[in-house]
Amino acid sequence: MSGEQAKLNRKDFVSDQDVRWCPGCGDYAILAQVQRVMPELNIPRENIVFVSGIGCSSRFPYYMNTYGFHSIHGRATAIASGLKLARPELSVWVVTGDGDGLSIGGNHLIHLLRRNLDINVLLFNNEIYGLTKGQYSPTSRMGQITKSSPLGVADHPFDTVSLALGADATFVARTVDTETQHLQSMLTRAVEHKGTSFIEILQNCPIFNDGAFEEVSGKGSRIQNQLVLEHGQPLLFGPEDARMGVALGKDMSPQVVNMESTPEEQVLLHDETNEALGFFLSRLERPEFPVPLGVIRAMDRPIYEKEVAAQAKRALSEMGQPDFNKLFCGGDTWTVE
Amino acid sequence: MAEVPSETTVREKPVEQVDTVVIRFAGDSGDGMQLTGTQFTNESAIAGNDIATLPDYPAEIRAPAGTLAGVSGFQVNFSEGRVFTPGDRPDVLVVMNPAALSVNIADLRDGGILVADSDAFTLSNIRKAGMDGDPLADASLNKRVRVFAVPLTRMTTDSIADMGLPKKTMVRCKNFFALGLCSWMFNRPIEQTLAWIGIKFAKSPALVEANTRVFKAGWNFGETTEVFVHTYEVKPAKIEPGTYTNMTGNRALALGLMAAASKAGKSMFFGSYPITPASDILHELAAHKNFDVTTFQAEDEIAAVCSAIGASFGGALGVTASSGPGIALKGEAMGLAVITELPLVIVNVQRGGPSTGLPTKTEQADLMQALYGRNGESPLAIVAPATPVECFNMAFEAVHVALKYMVPVMILSDGYLANGAQPWKIPDYDELPDISVRYWKGDLGFHPYLRNEDTLSRPWVIPGTPGFEHRIGGLEKDYNSGDISYDPANHERMTRVRAEKIERVNEDLNPLCVEGSELGELLMVGWGSTYGALAQATEELNAEGLATGHLHLRWLNPLPVEELKRIFARYKTIVVPELNMGQLVRILRERLLVDAIPVSRVQGQPFKVGELKARVKAIVEEGR
Repeated sequence: MSGEQAKLNRKDFVSDQDVRWCPGCGDYAILAQVQRVMPELNIPRENIVFVSGIGCSSRFPYYMNTYGFHSIHGRATAIASGLKLARPELSVWVVTGDGDGLSIGGNHLIHLLRRNLDINVLLFNNEIYGLTKGQYSPTSRMGQITKSSPLGVADHPFDTVSLALGADATFVARTVDTETQHLQSMLTRAVEHKGTSFIEILQNCPIFNDGAFEEVSGKGSRIQNQLVLEHGQPLLFGPEDARMGVALGKDMSPQVVNMESTPEEQVLLHDETNEALGFFLSRLERPEFPVPLGVIRAMDRPIYEKEVAAQAKRALSEMGQPDFNKLFCGGDTWTVE
Repeated sequence: MAEVPSETTVREKPVEQVDTVVIRFAGDSGDGMQLTGTQFTNESAIAGNDIATLPDYPAEIRAPAGTLAGVSGFQVNFSEGRVFTPGDRPDVLVVMNPAALSVNIADLRDGGILVADSDAFTLSNIRKAGMDGDPLADASLNKRVRVFAVPLTRMTTDSIADMGLPKKTMVRCKNFFALGLCSWMFNRPIEQTLAWIGIKFAKSPALVEANTRVFKAGWNFGETTEVFVHTYEVKPAKIEPGTYTNMTGNRALALGLMAAASKAGKSMFFGSYPITPASDILHELAAHKNFDVTTFQAEDEIAAVCSAIGASFGGALGVTASSGPGIALKGEAMGLAVITELPLVIVNVQRGGPSTGLPTKTEQADLMQALYGRNGESPLAIVAPATPVECFNMAFEAVHVALKYMVPVMILSDGYLANGAQPWKIPDYDELPDISVRYWKGDLGFHPYLRNEDTLSRPWVIPGTPGFEHRIGGLEKDYNSGDISYDPANHERMTRVRAEKIERVNEDLNPLCVEGSELGELLMVGWGSTYGALAQATEELNAEGLATGHLHLRWLNPLPVEELKRIFARYKTIVVPELNMGQLVRILRERLLVDAIPVSRVQGQPFKVGELKARVKAIVEEGR
């Protein structure tokens, strides 16, 4: 086939299925950005596979005109791992949520991250269970009133990014459903990264947890609360006339400093390859600190499926071409005449 | 130092001909009894005998030394005739300590031979085994069996005393003394064992020398001592010509799966989580990565099966293996493979349950789990090999069915088949049949649930195929479009199609074969690893004048109901012996409305032929 294939556009990635998320759901915005980015990646459509588990976000594959597998609760990461090992040339995407990915599927997620298969994971975090109609999730905040926590959530929540970093993910980013440009750039970075790319997308559930991320995404408050990360750039946030920075305090704890009275050298520089800094950023908690958005960590580590393929190659060179008759006679044999 | 024995050594003691011998090696789990038993088995196989083995070891890796909990045993039956089972009761029992004697002595047949390491029968060891006086000196025991108290530890250390090895290392060689002695006693060929010692301990020349010397010392002790008056010989069995090797069920499964994947032109993906007694399948496959086999040790049982499903979705042959507890965890994912109609092979090497149960003991209690252990109407094809060697063929058939019908297939093995060994007539790979895989060749109007008219299977169009991008998943799909459907009538139609696909597997299966009497008083119906005991019992019952047939089912889903009805009609009594509380018998009663009678045993051990016969005869008597 010639390489002169007509360039695909967004519509080529829209399936013939009716999208059935609730009106106003943040998932619509994410779907639109993914469909917009896909044609730019120059990956043949037939080589793209979306795998999901169960939950609102997990309907995603049905709406993408690519190969797709809507599987069972929490297991998309495990299914995607088998698929990627069997077919390393495919572009494999996992779409999951805070319940699917961090609760029932938490085990598989951390193991995917540590193995570092070249899979892109989009975790839609809305801090609530949507499909089961409004119970608290592992990222719900303490005290939150939900259907299953009428007296408030008693569980301490996971910080998604800290968890991913703790599992030794090689690429961790955070973005917001409504920040379309930023979301697109994170998707592109995820594809460029070789190894597991993990993106937490803060996503609004208008039905069961509306406004959970209002400080980060609201028109009036976003500028105050978004710490947009760029590699090599200082950690600055806030409006132009009231710039703030994040510095390291004397006790090694993070500190917000006012840039009017602070020299820029005192502000930390972002470094995607600095593991300690990544963890430091992931521990910045609202409302005292802004929410870091962008690539928190991007580093190289051997890719699992490549290691597996290298072993197979080594086995071939050391043990030779497969010879079943030789294999069958591998142990002690004797002949009956 | 003792003289070197060889094939040409002139035997000075008389040789007694016997047709069948059952020998059991028993000792502490650190005494190397499994190794001794396995190597003795290999010698017997090379001698041309038919053989069957039963390793029986504790779940603890190292229970406290000398205790009853730590006793490990290995039994082998070798014969010049056909061998169906490892034997009910040993003719020869070799015990390395009082605990091993205590656990095993009741099984030794009257008049049998007891060889005991007398050095291990110290007062403290005897007490640890819960006995009072020295059992070797017990008058009633000496009356019942022939006791040979051999200072095995001392002779072991004496034979290598000049090597300067630590005491502990010297003592650990004593299993080779026992092996040497037994090899002498039964006229086993020993060249291969000597060569094997050289390979096994290649990393330590000192151990090669020590074990070789101890082995020979054991052999020479038999030859020179006054204790033993003669040796025994078991002539080679009349075995079909060919080249043979010793094969365990787990290894046969691994090789069968690999060969089938290769014959289907498929990469094999094996997702697994270690569990006794299935882990050896993972070990075997992991050693053959040059055969287009990927092994993935997943983080848990669920990820193991899910990764295999993902690989199948990608076009590989996805396989997973576990034992009952792991299969329970895989249940939901197996349902996903059922509804997405992807090929998948699931191996269940059954063990005693429920829960953790008896990890190292055998049982057949997962048939109901295999048939019904998932939510919803969720049928799988199920096949159960009858012998260790048959695991190869059944794995091959399972792959064929999974790929042809796009269904999950479960192979029900068990701990007894998994670890039991049998001579395997090595097949010629080139003569094994090809497994054809059908691909979608249509063009217009594609959807992922379009069905092949013959098999009702849906097309396996794999990612990477341009123009056929599609989505599958665990939600019910519309028969006509493959879209998500909640339509009531459609759900019933799809449910029936999934069941009908399994029924159609019947068309691929060989006709049932009854062994023993073609009609008469009694039909024993069995499945899985009880084959040997049932076959032996059938032979003996017929010889005793009770017209007995033996039907051993391989495929348990689907069942050829009409064919079964015709066969059952030829017998007065239908008995179903199983190592569970009666599972197949319930299926047969339900499907055939037949008054089949269960014979249950749930002791973590195979049937004993004598016991089985007695129970079956009592049922026949009662019916008369």
